[in-house]
Amino acid sequence: MATKAIKERDPLDPVRGRKLLVEGGPSFHEVTEQVCVPVEDPPLAWWLAFIPSLALLGVFGLAVTWLLWFGVGIWGLNNPVDWGWAIVNFVFWVGIGHAGTLISAILFLFRQQWRTAVNRSAEAMTIFAVICALQFPTLHTGRPWAIYWSLPIPNQMGMWPNFRSPLLWDVFAVATYFTVSLLFWYVGLIPDLATMRDRATTKIRRLAYGIFALGWRGSTRHWQHYEKAYLLLAGLATPLVLSVHTIVSFDFAVSQLPGWHTTIFPPYFVAGAIFSGFAMVLTLLIPIRKWYGLEHIITIKHLENMAKIILLTGSLVGYAYGMEFFIAWYSGNPYESFAFVNRAFGPYAWAYWIMISCNVISPQLVWFKKVRRSPVALFILSIFVNIGMWFERFVITVTSLHRDFLPSSWDYYQPTIWDLAMLVGSFGLFFTLFCLFLRYLPMIAIAEVKTVMPEADPHHGDDH
Amino acid sequence: MPAIFPRWTNKLIPLLGVGCPLLVASTIFSIWYWFSPYYTDAGYQPKQPVPFSHALHAGDMGLDCRYCHNTVERSPHAAIPPSATCMNCHSQVKTDSPRLALVRASYENGDSIPWVRVHQLPDYAYFDHRPHVAAGVGCASCHGRIDGMTVVEMNKPLSMGWCLDCHREPEPHLRPLDQVTNMHWDDAEFAEAKAAYNYQEDPERTRMPNPPMHCSGCHR
Repeated sequence: MATKAIKERDPLDPVRGRKLLVEGGPSFHEVTEQVCVPVEDPPLAWWLAFIPSLALLGVFGLAVTWLLWFGVGIWGLNNPVDWGWAIVNFVFWVGIGHAGTLISAILFLFRQQWRTAVNRSAEAMTIFAVICALQFPTLHTGRPWAIYWSLPIPNQMGMWPNFRSPLLWDVFAVATYFTVSLLFWYVGLIPDLATMRDRATTKIRRLAYGIFALGWRGSTRHWQHYEKAYLLLAGLATPLVLSVHTIVSFDFAVSQLPGWHTTIFPPYFVAGAIFSGFAMVLTLLIPIRKWYGLEHIITIKHLENMAKIILLTGSLVGYAYGMEFFIAWYSGNPYESFAFVNRAFGPYAWAYWIMISCNVISPQLVWFKKVRRSPVALFILSIFVNIGMWFERFVITVTSLHRDFLPSSWDYYQPTIWDLAMLVGSFGLFFTLFCLFLRYLPMIAIAEVKTVMPEADPHHGDDH
Repeated sequence: MPAIFPRWTNKLIPLLGVGCPLLVASTIFSIWYWFSPYYTDAGYQPKQPVPFSHALHAGDMGLDCRYCHNTVERSPHAAIPPSATCMNCHSQVKTDSPRLALVRASYENGDSIPWVRVHQLPDYAYFDHRPHVAAGVGCASCHGRIDGMTVVEMNKPLSMGWCLDCHREPEPHLRPLDQVTNMHWDDAEFAEAKAAYNYQEDPERTRMPNPPMHCSGCHR
């Protein structure tokens, strides 16, 4: 077999002359086996991840129940700071989701073949992160049961939502983002669902995968339509991913508050979203590739590429922090200047400096090849970035609100145990969904990975 | 490899194509129809503690509405008459009717009659009877033909959309100011007068109706 020959040769792709994206030269069949077997027979680590996730989901359920029973007063919000952790968590989770679409859509448009190993799990991460995000705009309202009033439905009140509010744009943006991401993910899954169907050993599995595979037979016509649909969805998802977080940033930028009313927010939020999203992909994939034995498919090269994007977006975020300070001074506006001095040296200085050290300083380590090629170092770094980006949203939201125009309405926002329970619980929701994804769906896009293997090239095996 | 799904499952796909739109359409219709105040509220007819008949008093005997609901022109709230109003007549008429026992008892010991309110707006909507009567909106426009009701029922949904319909286009509901309590205004006998009436040329009107369409009109 040809694969044997490759194994003995250089790890470079013999046709393209670039680094191999699947190491060790497995055959097509071996790749299918390596991806599908852990789904069919999950490793012990899966249970070790799933059970605590379920427990955290319970915490979320408890927090939501108490919230609905008692009201938003269980949170530490006060009158100047009436957006607290709920909105922080919302922006945090929406941001996490953006890397998934970047990997699957934008890198697809740029023909980046290394995306194939990570796109499936990144898209799953997107969907579950958006589900987590959607909890917060719904639940942070005082009367969540009237949330459907934000939808433009003809009704007996003769009422319509106000289309000038970015919070309403959020409804449309996030709902569209969720739908398109789900469709994109599902379209990508169809060939792999067919693989799972064909490998199924029990009747129920065969029926379930069979229904969702929609009768995929992998004919040329199927593939032709599939590729076209995938390209169209990628083209649609790309402006979507940029506009969704832009709209999320409008929640702040459209207001009049010093520290919020900034035109830099849309691109800066998008950069931050990609920054945090890639960090989350690393947080998830570094343990999974080890536990699932996929280190030859999600290679060091993949991790390195993602680390480079983190370095890029981290530097963009750092630039934005600097620019905010510059403009605060340059504007000559006393409120604006105060807002930023207050960030760095006021009562929330601790949060500001956590943000700076995690988001600006720590990603600079990626310049060192040793760091960006070490899974352990990247895993630790990714955790720091996640923390830093959560604090970025906290700093933007809370420090701007707690001291604004009128000194008589200054206050300090102290979260309660229920704020914490909502945040921790949302991780439970996320990880529970992610574990279920790992349990039932192939976490690597099998069909796509096969296309970037040397054997897939029509010239493979040619000597000329 | 054997087929997973039998041949008949091919028929499911066109069936889904028809079924899904049908399901969506019927869901929309169900909510639009059965969850609207036009269905849930209109027609509400609770049992009253005293079998008072508007059909008898306002219809057959022709009492003016304001005899009993005497605050309707000068108060936001159109009063339910106290037992004393009932006893103006019923101290002489049907003095030993068992159906009036509660009225007599109420008059003697001062306990209110526990009438059941039929037209109930939520407390965040501040409805005011005065401007509506002053603008020449007839009782029947909102309460229906009370003079035909043996037991009062809610005739209109009183939903916000229903209120706004009239606030946006009040003209068809305006009548001469002395016809407000006339239950027969919409009948054939007044058809000519009704057709001839133009509220803008009514000399009785000192100012034209200007119904609020902003939030604080009612949700103040």
